Amino acid sequence: MKYIPTIGIECHVQLCTKTKLFSEVDNDARGKEPNSCVSPVDYALPGMLPRLNGEAIRLAILAGRAMNCKINENSRFDRKHYFYPDSPKGYQITQYYAPIIGEGYVELPSGVKVKIEHAHLEGDAGKLTHFGSYSLVDLNRVDTPLIEIVSMPDIHSAKDAHDYCKELWRLMRYAGVTYGDLYNGNMRFDVNTSVAPEGSKKLGTRTEVKNLNSFRSVERAVEYEIARQTKLLEAGEKVVQETLGWSDATGKTTGQRSKEEAKDYRYMPEPDLPPIHLTTEFIKEESAKLPLMPADYRTKFGSVIAGDTLEVLLDYPELMQKLGEIDEKYVKNASNLFASVLLAEEKSAEYLNDLPSAKQLNDLAEMNEKKELSSTATKEVFLRLFDPQMRGKDTRAIAKELGVIQENDLGALEVIVDAVLAKPETKKAQDDFRAGEEKVIGFLVGQVMKESHGKANPSAVQEILRKKLA
Amino acid sequence: MKIADKKTTATKLVKTALEKAKKYADYNIFTFIDEEGALARAKEIDAAIARGEKVGKLAGVPYALKDNFLSPRGETTASAHILQGFKSPVTATAVAKLEAEGAIMIGRTNLDAFAHGSSTENSYFGPTHNAVDFERVAGGSSGGSAVAVALDIVEFATGTDTGGSIRQPASFNGVYGLKPTYGCISRYGVVAMASSTDCIGFFSKTPEDMDLLMSVASGQDAKDMTTLPDYYNPTDARTGNSEASSLAPVVTGLASSIAPVVANASELPVRRIGVIKEFDNESVDADIKKALKEKCEALKKKGYEIVELEMPALKYALAAYYIIVPAEVASNLSRYDGVRYGFRSEKSDNLEDLYLNTRSEGFMPENKRRIMIGNFVLSSGFYDAYFLKAAKARTLIVQEYEKAFKKCDFILTPVSPNPAFKLGEKVNDPVAMYLEDLMSVSLNLAGVPGLAIPAGKTDAGLPIGLQLVGPRRSDKNLIEFSKELE
Repeated sequence: MKYIPTIGIECHVQLCTKTKLFSEVDNDARGKEPNSCVSPVDYALPGMLPRLNGEAIRLAILAGRAMNCKINENSRFDRKHYFYPDSPKGYQITQYYAPIIGEGYVELPSGVKVKIEHAHLEGDAGKLTHFGSYSLVDLNRVDTPLIEIVSMPDIHSAKDAHDYCKELWRLMRYAGVTYGDLYNGNMRFDVNTSVAPEGSKKLGTRTEVKNLNSFRSVERAVEYEIARQTKLLEAGEKVVQETLGWSDATGKTTGQRSKEEAKDYRYMPEPDLPPIHLTTEFIKEESAKLPLMPADYRTKFGSVIAGDTLEVLLDYPELMQKLGEIDEKYVKNASNLFASVLLAEEKSAEYLNDLPSAKQLNDLAEMNEKKELSSTATKEVFLRLFDPQMRGKDTRAIAKELGVIQENDLGALEVIVDAVLAKPETKKAQDDFRAGEEKVIGFLVGQVMKESHGKANPSAVQEILRKKLA
Repeated sequence: MKIADKKTTATKLVKTALEKAKKYADYNIFTFIDEEGALARAKEIDAAIARGEKVGKLAGVPYALKDNFLSPRGETTASAHILQGFKSPVTATAVAKLEAEGAIMIGRTNLDAFAHGSSTENSYFGPTHNAVDFERVAGGSSGGSAVAVALDIVEFATGTDTGGSIRQPASFNGVYGLKPTYGCISRYGVVAMASSTDCIGFFSKTPEDMDLLMSVASGQDAKDMTTLPDYYNPTDARTGNSEASSLAPVVTGLASSIAPVVANASELPVRRIGVIKEFDNESVDADIKKALKEKCEALKKKGYEIVELEMPALKYALAAYYIIVPAEVASNLSRYDGVRYGFRSEKSDNLEDLYLNTRSEGFMPENKRRIMIGNFVLSSGFYDAYFLKAAKARTLIVQEYEKAFKKCDFILTPVSPNPAFKLGEKVNDPVAMYLEDLMSVSLNLAGVPGLAIPAGKTDAGLPIGLQLVGPRRSDKNLIEFSKELE
């Protein structure tokens, strides 16, 4: 019997607001001391009240629109209760009954559409680090705004699960709502997988693998679960509904030892925050701020940039944005430099934050196409553009400083060629060429290049030589 | 208040207050007395006056702070064991406003732990005694504050009212007690009981003082998103609102979702006073009934019309209140886990025991009762049957008041069915204790203001209180109108 897998994914996205969701302290705790970005509201001093951060609402609207979602005019917050040291209030403020983001869909590069059930705003929990006999609590992350994106069970392969997560990551970064740093948990995925016999109308029993933070782990965990569950069913056994952990090292999911405790979060409307009412105009205004999305760039550049190069570049919204600013006729040229030079650089991540201006890149492409710069020289000048000291400097001036502009002036080249041909040491080569020995042309071109201190355009030189020796 | 006429000094006022506080120590009014701090502050104010500097509206006025308001002066305990040792780094907005006008806190007052109760007997520090009859309860939860004002120790005291916690002790001790419209005064920095019904208010000796206090303390606070735009001082160009208004483009529904604008009675001359038919029954003390009748007669003589109201939805008030409030209580008390502040049980050697032991030892029995009820009504499978149903009943009660205020301008009712009861009388009968709140809780569910006013004494000499109820945002007129009943 064939088994069809069905996968639904919940994705947590940390929003890059300046301050936290419910307090005025710094939301960016990267590289800061533990418990240094915490206000009395965050550590739940008695009598403290949450104060909703409007920027999070704006980012949620952008995130929702990036996924073609309806933005709900009316939404509100609820409390989700549980006791654990990562939750100082004893509850998480989330949106259980009326989320801000409604239905929508995400289209994968393959054309597969995954429907979004809803997405809601909530505060993140703190971070616990466990040691032998004790654990340390860092509350810096408490109430960092999150949106939790809940997909419909529309995914039917590990590859699509991978692509969906990656596309979400792209969408959120294009929308500018998150730093999108997966390693540091800016986006985390909970994956629900079940399998059912082909043709079955009922879904099988699902398992949930929590807290995955790479696309590869998502793909591997889903592959593993499909295989594990299929094997169980084939052996006539049952899949147990449970929450699992994934280990990248062993490549396996592991369940909790004891049977799952049924958790009761005792949801309750958050009485300290009034319901959110967004006007139609406000939603419209904010939605209009959504920049171009990957799908827009696919349409825009699909015929100019090679498909696989485009998919690579699409991982970097900064690059796509820059390509959008560049003269259309130079997009291909620049995209090749981005894909083959910039991304190969060790410091590429750093470079992405501070790209050269569109004018600098336009000029560079123009010089390359006019053969004023050889491909090697183009790369050299291109990388030079990332030097902070070159900011605002003219590309041509930089190339000149580097001394890499090719001599294309035919008159000037002829003078050099004549000078080389007049040299006695080239006499033999000239005779050999006339006698039909093709390959000595290389030697002569080399001599001219030497004479020009490498600035001559070699193909132009060859053309002149052939004419002269005809 | 007295200081305004310059016949005395802040230091004299504070010294007198401190002496009285000592004299009445037996009443167990204060959980903390700040002799040094209060005298130092009085000296500053006297010096400022001597230098001819402008001083605040409450300069030198001694007051008592209910011990559930956060302030760095003394421990903020909410009369709960679990908060012992807690020194707040934060000052409640209401406290900051009072002190900015020169009011001087001489001490913190006793309450039922976390304001759970109607007698101040649920305090970890023991009960406060009634100002008139030492054998009787002070009422609660703001018992200490009510008695501090009734015994003339201080000019005024702060209180919190979640279901009657200001009005009932005010009536038990014969002083004025106001529960303002929900959202009128910021809750920021006040230990939460039930967020959707908690109101900050005051005890005073006169309506004039109450008006002054309200003009100081009310107004929108960016730190409390449930506060209303300032309506108490509409012409007062205070700057505090600009910060809050930055939220406006996002949360446009803020004000309207909390308190729909109702016709403000202040714009009409008050003519019709309603009395609630359902509150006229045999469970109400005869002397209290008589007092209400007498006040109605007096009003009639002054030309007011007395309107009898039928408000059948109010019969759901107590039940709805004792579902919604415990739910919010259970939630708001979740943060007391012994990890970050206050009391921590030393017996525990793992996390779960730490939680269990700290909360078992730190909470009072009434706290635990409400936590259990609250968690029960919120638990999966019971939410719809209890919490949601109570929320619907609450909507009916809101509507019932809206209807009533189409028929009358204000409503006059007893605060509670009985005068102050004996200490210990109801401690072991929580339901009897809850019934004391019958007439007060519906105001909190509806968010409308209520002013408890002294209305004579019973034959046995116990104070009787009546409450004037108005539509939302009618606080100022309610206070003004109460002068008609003096």
